[in-house]
Amino acid sequence: MTGLKEKALILDNAGIDRAMTRIAHEILEKNKGAKDIVLVGIQRGGVHLAKRLAIKIREIEGLEPPVGSLDITMYRDDLTTRKSQPVPQVTDITFDIQGKIMVLVDDVIYTGRTIRAALNSVMDYGRPQRIQLAVLVDRGHRELPIRADYVGKNLPTSAKEKVEVMLAEDGMEEKVVILGE
Amino acid sequence: MARNTGTRPLAINGLTMALSSKDLLGIQGMPKDEIELILDTAATFKDVSERDIKKVPTLRGKTVINLFYEASTRTRTSFELAGKRLSADVINISTSTSSVVKGETLLDTALNIEAMKCDIIIVRHSCSGAPAYLSTRLKSSVINAGDGSHEHPTQALLDMFTIREKLGRLEGLTVAIVGDIEHSRVARSNIYGLSTMGAKVKVCGPPTMIPPGIERMSATACYDMDEAVEGADVIMMLRLQLERQAAGLFPGVREYARLYGLNQARVARAARNAMVMHPGPMNRGVEISSEVADHTPVILHQVTNGVAVRMAVMFLLAGASKAEA
Repeated sequence: MTGLKEKALILDNAGIDRAMTRIAHEILEKNKGAKDIVLVGIQRGGVHLAKRLAIKIREIEGLEPPVGSLDITMYRDDLTTRKSQPVPQVTDITFDIQGKIMVLVDDVIYTGRTIRAALNSVMDYGRPQRIQLAVLVDRGHRELPIRADYVGKNLPTSAKEKVEVMLAEDGMEEKVVILGE
Repeated sequence: MARNTGTRPLAINGLTMALSSKDLLGIQGMPKDEIELILDTAATFKDVSERDIKKVPTLRGKTVINLFYEASTRTRTSFELAGKRLSADVINISTSTSSVVKGETLLDTALNIEAMKCDIIIVRHSCSGAPAYLSTRLKSSVINAGDGSHEHPTQALLDMFTIREKLGRLEGLTVAIVGDIEHSRVARSNIYGLSTMGAKVKVCGPPTMIPPGIERMSATACYDMDEAVEGADVIMMLRLQLERQAAGLFPGVREYARLYGLNQARVARAARNAMVMHPGPMNRGVEISSEVADHTPVILHQVTNGVAVRMAVMFLLAGASKAEA
């Protein structure tokens, strides 16, 4: 969007890393280890974060969970109300998810509609035993009864603002910022 | 493009783009980035057809009408499957069993269908321009599934998709299109699309079947097939419409097969790993020898990809039509 400028720096490089490390520990604590865990990142930011979590889990536990990616474009509920569509990215879940503990990973949770779409999409690939949700930023304003199990940073925002997660994988300086007028 | 601005709607990642028209009538004049958008979108829809549950809820509640004034199995089935895999309700109207035989006009038929509230009408008609005529009078999106000897845009899109999938690019490739260029909507759409994407197009066939002014469509004409396929990366064969013989455009099928039929010796003259394509239905032993046809898996990949490309087109148009309103 034009006309929006950076209002506040929420997390820097080290802050993102510390949040991801904590989430990795929490995932292992809650599930009593890395056995049966699979990570699925929601395109595009969530995929990078899911890969980072997998490496952190391996460093802690010695077992690296498989990582997949999920594109939810085809499951969105606003196809005909939006002016343009995101170009669908790949969905790549090459491992069996039947009976696994799936941790969905996304960068920001906002209305909850992306996660609703992701849940429907996952069901078309198989039946995980349990699905949990990890996000780097929870910015509030939920429109659906959905809650994240692991949150890097709770961030109260106004609906006029935007939260921008920039990651090194996309060739950007790593940080989380709030954009506003 | 939008990639580096780093902005995203809500918490959704990715670029956003839309087609500029509510209809898909032809490839002529379609900008390169719109063709690329359709091909990129098709790549993800292809996965849907390859998994266990071959259905996504994208067009749930939408109605798609197949209005075919010409016989077709492959194209109609392909559109029908594409719509169904997107969860749309698809109705097929074959004009031989409809009120068209009672004398209803094309526009009246279409208006009646639209009065029952549909979102996308897919039209095949023997008159060039029939879909364009309907598109200006209907609110629904109109997709041209082949009109006379004008255009067959989804066929060209699926051909380009297939070439890009196998050879990794379109730009800089040499594509030989062989057969009745004059009467072929497949050839016309492909010439427009391939040249927009930066491929070099050579057309070849009997002089009676090469339209005058072909250079203006950015293709070069060639009347000797051996010369046309020399070094080509892609050889695209067209179906010989046998009724053209009665019109005197070529003397005999056997002569045609000898001069313009594709056999192993001619495939050998093309570039290494050259692709042989055919939009179907094939006349074996006429424009393509059985030997070549059976060693060319690509012809069936074209059919597979057709469903994905048509899903992408319907998906993008369903968004575009609302953006205009």
